[in-house]
Amino acid sequence: MTAISTPGARAGAVPRRRVPPAIRRRRLLLTVANHSVAIALSIMFLVPFAFIVSTALMTNQQMGSLSIWPSPFKWSNFTDLFEFFPFWRYAWNSLLYAGLGTVGVVLSGIPVAYALSRLRWRGRQVSFVLLLSTLMLPVQVTIVPLYIVFVRLGWIGSLKPLIIPLFFGDAFTIFLLRQFFLTIPQELSDAARVDGANDLQILLRVIVPLAKPAIAAVALFNFLYCWNDFFSPLLYAGNNPDTWTLAISLQQLTQLSRGILANLQMAASILFTLPVLVIFFLAQKVFVEGVTLTGVKG
Amino acid sequence: MATVSVRSPAADQARAAERRRRRRRSAWRRQLVALAFLSPWIIGFSVFYAYPILSSLYFSFTRYDILTDPVWVGLGNYEFMFTSDGRFWTAVRNTAWIVAVIVPLQIAFGIGAALVLTRVRRGLSFYRTVFFLPTMVPLVAAALGFVFLLNPGGPVNAVLRFLHLPEPLWFRDPVWAKPGLALMAMWMVGQTMIIFLAALLDVPRQLYEAADLEGAGPFQRFRHVTLPMISPVIFFSVVIGVINGFRYFTEAYVVSKSGDWDNPVGTPQDSLLFYTSHLYNQGFEGFHMGYAAALSWVMFLVIMACTLLLIRSSRRWVHYQGGFR
Repeated sequence: MTAISTPGARAGAVPRRRVPPAIRRRRLLLTVANHSVAIALSIMFLVPFAFIVSTALMTNQQMGSLSIWPSPFKWSNFTDLFEFFPFWRYAWNSLLYAGLGTVGVVLSGIPVAYALSRLRWRGRQVSFVLLLSTLMLPVQVTIVPLYIVFVRLGWIGSLKPLIIPLFFGDAFTIFLLRQFFLTIPQELSDAARVDGANDLQILLRVIVPLAKPAIAAVALFNFLYCWNDFFSPLLYAGNNPDTWTLAISLQQLTQLSRGILANLQMAASILFTLPVLVIFFLAQKVFVEGVTLTGVKG
Repeated sequence: MATVSVRSPAADQARAAERRRRRRRSAWRRQLVALAFLSPWIIGFSVFYAYPILSSLYFSFTRYDILTDPVWVGLGNYEFMFTSDGRFWTAVRNTAWIVAVIVPLQIAFGIGAALVLTRVRRGLSFYRTVFFLPTMVPLVAAALGFVFLLNPGGPVNAVLRFLHLPEPLWFRDPVWAKPGLALMAMWMVGQTMIIFLAALLDVPRQLYEAADLEGAGPFQRFRHVTLPMISPVIFFSVVIGVINGFRYFTEAYVVSKSGDWDNPVGTPQDSLLFYTSHLYNQGFEGFHMGYAAALSWVMFLVIMACTLLLIRSSRRWVHYQGGFR
């Protein structure tokens, strides 16, 4: 089909019946209507961003007034912020949690997904159903005994309870990788086996190179999940300011300095959100495809 | 290898036994290899799922504050929960409210936005990015943003004043606090929308053409072609939505504490006290670990029941492609 707004564009190449003007007008109207709805929705989605950015640039006096546009732009809000709280230390903690957590999730997820998708053995179906059932369970269901265990181990007030469990497999990651591994033709493994490769070699030399996009997707999802995570860090690291992640510290800004002004708070939120948005724009395709994979194949 | 030239029943038998043995041995080897690959998850599953779920069943029958040994109280925690804990029922009501409002709205809005995207040709990727962008904002940051947007003297109320509409106090008013959170959930509809967009694009064109031939209007086409074809995704969204209702916490926590640090979880007036907030309060602020374990077990059972119920009921209204019904 040709684009609706340029009906005559291909007239020279393919002889075709002219679209009657009445229908053309109707199509044009429909296009305009569709775009106006899309633009209205876009504005709805973007306006909160605009307000937050403009507030982050306002002076304290301007905060009290009703004006919406910052005048003058107070860029120094973004640097004043660092006097209020040790931003970089919290950023480092977030990075530790998200970075090490992602390494753990990927390292432990790959072999498990391999066993669940490309090896034939007794109990595979049962294991997969168990995995799926843990996929449904929120962390809150297991939190009480785990908290008690971590108290006994002396891990509360550190990042250990957040990171170490991720080295023992994450249901969502395993599930996604398994779905992807299933799409790799079995003949490739068989050929490698004939050449004398064992399963570990097949996994590392055949499967992993082919599954790079899927591995990148789960790594990204995990990184962002950890970066944004609030409940677990609050629980395990909340009582020790040295181990706060950015998500926690942002929320605690209200406590750190009572009545901190919204402009600084919004500036801090922007600094916290910015890396995520940068990652998103760099890897947009991975996201959209990954979300679709979880939704439709789930 | 056995030679082929000898052909006696005894040798045949011996060879068959040898083959069986070898097959059994290789099956064993395969099993061991699989278990080796599986080992991280076997440890993870036993330590981080099986053990906690079972031991929280035990703790749920005790009174336990971590410092002293657990004391067996039988069904005491459950009895207290259902008969005398008023805040438990408040939390249940609030959670039910948020699920009942947010899930249908997100599905309707998600389908609507996705439908709009299927109809624009140019600028599709731009619109899709814009619609999806809010879901990328970390929840804490989004919640803080909405606390600011919806504060009584904030931008949203300025717009409402300009339009001569009533200006609610949003997160300061127990009646308007939950609608404020629902508004935020609508802003973050992108994830749902992307899934629906993929499903809508998967609907075979021929079905629409057939419907056109039968003389179906746009509404009938949507009702009898689109809706059945995307019903598996609706089903998926409902299941995930219900489970997410139970873990609903971060937004409410940030909003409650935003006015004043000392605000209890659930401010204003427990209108934002959700199931997980109650669990958090009981377990990790009051250290009533036994009671918190009981709460988490009830949550476990209800989630399992909801999932089963949804799966069973789905047979009546979810149409999977390729099968009848």
